[in-house]
Amino acid sequence: MELSNREFWGLIHGLVLGSFFLLAFAGGLAGLYSLRSRWLTEEGIVERTRRLAVGFWAMAIAAWATVVTGTWIVYPWYREKLAGDDLAAGCAGLQLPQPGKCSPRDFLLSNVSGDTESWHEFGMEWKEHVAWIAPMLATSAAIVVVIYGRRLANAPRLRQIAIWMFILAFATAAVAGILGALITKVAPVK
Amino acid sequence: MTTVETTDASHETRIEGTAAAALLAAGFGAFVLGFLTTINEASTGVHDFLQFNDRVGPLAGKTILAVIAYFGSLLVFALVWRGRQLALKTVLIVAGVLLLLGFLGTFPIFFQAFAS
Repeated sequence: MELSNREFWGLIHGLVLGSFFLLAFAGGLAGLYSLRSRWLTEEGIVERTRRLAVGFWAMAIAAWATVVTGTWIVYPWYREKLAGDDLAAGCAGLQLPQPGKCSPRDFLLSNVSGDTESWHEFGMEWKEHVAWIAPMLATSAAIVVVIYGRRLANAPRLRQIAIWMFILAFATAAVAGILGALITKVAPVK
Repeated sequence: MTTVETTDASHETRIEGTAAAALLAAGFGAFVLGFLTTINEASTGVHDFLQFNDRVGPLAGKTILAVIAYFGSLLVFALVWRGRQLALKTVLIVAGVLLLLGFLGTFPIFFQAFAS
C-alpha cells in the first residue's frame, strides 16, 4: 500500500484540508446560531465567543490552505499538456489518465472513455474558480465574529449576517469539493 | 417565565467600519475574480497577461489579483472606516451585489459565453 507524491498532495488538498473545513462547518454554525444572551450565562457567552473565534480562524486558514494547495500543487498536474494536439490519439485506448502520456485534463477532453468533456468544461472550470470565494467569505465571517465578539449575543441581525456569510462559504466550498471528488473519480491525478 | 433577548437597537441598523470592511472586501474580491475570469475568456491579450505561471496558467493571475483585491480592499476600507458606524443596509446591498456578480462571473456557462 503506497501513495505517489501526486496522490499524497491530492489527499492533503481534498481529504485533509477540504474535509476539515466542510466537517467543522456544522459545529461553527451551531455555535454561532445559539450564541444568544437568553440561552447562555455570561460565562457561557465568554467561553463560546472565544471558541467561535478560534474555530472560525482555523476554518478560514484551512480554506486558504485548501485553495492554495489545489491551485499551485495539484492543478498543474491535472492540466499538463501531455497528449499533444490530437487528444483522441494521445489518450487512445485508455480507461484512466496515464502519467507521462495523458493528463486528467487531456483525458477528459479527449472523450476516449465516454462523454467526459463536460467534466472539464463545466465541472473543473467552475470548481477551480468558485473555490477561491470560500476563503474570502470565511475570513470575513471570522473578522465579524472577532470584532463583535460577545456583543453578537445581543445583536441578532449581525449574527444572522455572520451566519449567512459562513453558510455561503460552506456552500461554495461544498460545490468545489463535490466536483473535485467526482472529477477525481473519473480522471484521478496520479 | 418568559425571557426576552435584549437587543441593542444600534446593531440593527448600523455596522462598525471594520466589520463593514470585511463584508465589502469579500464582495470586492469575489467580483474581481469573476470579472477577471470573464475577460480572460473574451481577450487573448488578457489571457496571456494573467498567465503569471506557465504550470498554473491564467488561473494564477486571476486568483493572485483577486486575493490582492480582497486583502487590499479589506485594509483600505478598515483604515478609512475605523471607529465609524456605517448604514448596515447600504453595506449589505453593495456587498451582496458584488458577491452575486462574482458568483456569476465564475460560472462557466456565463463566462464561456464571452469566449473569443
